[in-house]
Amino acid sequence: MASTAELEKIVSQVRRDIVRQVHAVNSGHPGGSLGCTEYFVSLYFEIMKHTASKFSMDGINEDVFFLSNGHISPVFYSVLAHSGYFPVKELATFRKLNSRLQGHPTTHEHLPGVRIASGSLGQGLSVAIGAALAKKLNKDNSMVYTLHGDGELQEGQIWEAAMYAAAKKVDNIISTVDMNGQQIDGSTEQVLPMGSLRAKFEAFGWDVLDLDKGNDIAAVVATLQKAKEHTGKGKPVMILMKTEMGNGVDFMMGSHKWHGVAPNDEQLAQALNQNAETLGDY
Amino acid sequence: MKKYTFTEKKDTRSGFGAGLSELGKSNPNVVALCADLTGSLKMDAFAKDHPERFFQVGIAEANMIGIAAGLTIGGKIPFTGTFANFSTGRVYDQIRQSVAYSGKNVKICASHAGLTLGEDGATHQILEDLGLMKMLPGMVVINPCDFNQTKAATIAIAAHDGPVYLRFGRPTVPNFTPSDQKFEIGKAVMLNEGTDVTIFATGHLVWKAIEAGEQLAAKGISAEIINIHTIKPLDNSAVLASVKKTRCVVTAEEHQMNGGLGDSIAQLLARELPTPIEMVAVNDSFGESGTPDQLMTKYRLDAINIVDAVNKVIKRK
Repeated sequence: MASTAELEKIVSQVRRDIVRQVHAVNSGHPGGSLGCTEYFVSLYFEIMKHTASKFSMDGINEDVFFLSNGHISPVFYSVLAHSGYFPVKELATFRKLNSRLQGHPTTHEHLPGVRIASGSLGQGLSVAIGAALAKKLNKDNSMVYTLHGDGELQEGQIWEAAMYAAAKKVDNIISTVDMNGQQIDGSTEQVLPMGSLRAKFEAFGWDVLDLDKGNDIAAVVATLQKAKEHTGKGKPVMILMKTEMGNGVDFMMGSHKWHGVAPNDEQLAQALNQNAETLGDY
Repeated sequence: MKKYTFTEKKDTRSGFGAGLSELGKSNPNVVALCADLTGSLKMDAFAKDHPERFFQVGIAEANMIGIAAGLTIGGKIPFTGTFANFSTGRVYDQIRQSVAYSGKNVKICASHAGLTLGEDGATHQILEDLGLMKMLPGMVVINPCDFNQTKAATIAIAAHDGPVYLRFGRPTVPNFTPSDQKFEIGKAVMLNEGTDVTIFATGHLVWKAIEAGEQLAAKGISAEIINIHTIKPLDNSAVLASVKKTRCVVTAEEHQMNGGLGDSIAQLLARELPTPIEMVAVNDSFGESGTPDQLMTKYRLDAINIVDAVNKVIKRK
């Protein structure tokens, strides 16, 4: 078990990696990535049973993760690299020609740690259900994790999948929705209010957990641990995780404006000043 | 003209069902998914014999494609089943991202393709599916001609590692290919050697090409007839070898002219061996309600239309 202080050190480095990746190519999605940093660090360094050095597509007897909102690839890549899936220095190739680190994650370039292409929203939950069903057929008791954006829930396929997972008792899956309340055109409330997501998922038959402090690493770890205890009981498990978009970089916090915009040189320096180099920059 | 006979007419979808059933017994990794059309797709036997490996997803095709992609992670070989329209156009982005671009070993099995779906009309009669699927990088596209060949194709694609689109249909058609004929993906089947024209046909139009060949032979025209069951990858060497000999071509398919078999052959010939070509296909039109036979006649997909196309193309040599 890693201590909270150890996990926070990783969080700080991952935040640096996110803004540096996006700055270097003047493109990418820093806001959602920063907001989900604690979630990713908790998952890969504390919660999931996985061996980075022995990555295989099938993930037999390992926990597997699917990123459905693929645009937050900077945080995914940084955490995969620091977990040992590929060299950290490869983060310097993010979004560049001939890179395995495509703008949105893909299996097409054979980057270890990625098991599905994502980016076109709404597809990851269905894929995760398939992987969870394969685990059941293989008598594999390990877990399937997914992450989704809240705006992503406006895609209809999510609700097809939500209906199926509950109806067919896919209870080896822990999904999380990043409730940062923002999407490209504004807040979710402005663009398309979704009402009570708890009520919706409960009505669909999910076991729903709230995580009000999605940027508090201890709270994230505790909720994911609790979610594990809720699996295997006939219901899929959903964590509604409140985060702040852009968390950790003060001028990016709480606004949709940093959804898909890169910081300039000065803004990068400011962002790096707020997040200490703890594991060494790539 | 080589003589082809058949003892019975059978539907190609039943060939799929029979092949899937056999795979269920021989390959424990084969799983099947269906979007509320188990009976129409003839997947009942598999569902009954292997309930743990059969997934009824309800009327939710996008979810079905995603679940199928996920099932490959863990070593399963998923076969999805629904109508061709709902197997392709309805779920194009799901197939593109979660299956084709992700390189997943999913077999998309599509029934009721084309006009021969009949009375349900144009909402269900997809004539664009071959084009949609063949444009996806890495996608294998197969359109077998009868029960036996569809059964053999179903069994063969399980052994191919990668995404496949398998297209078949609703009506009964002459079952004439040998039941023991091996199905080789990407390998054209020579049905009749000829010298005056090559007819490349796929799916339900293969039998009509044989009928056309008999009518042409009676008038002294020697037609080479080749069954292109695999649209992609196209058997380029078989096409070129035949066309070098006959120097003119007719293609025949139950599909739009845009994006279909004729389009694939025309592309190849334009690059390698420019040759006069006529296409028997639906020309930029939707279908409508009617019996399969009425529709094939109205939309000019009968043997006589192949004969007319041959007469036209021979004059262009």
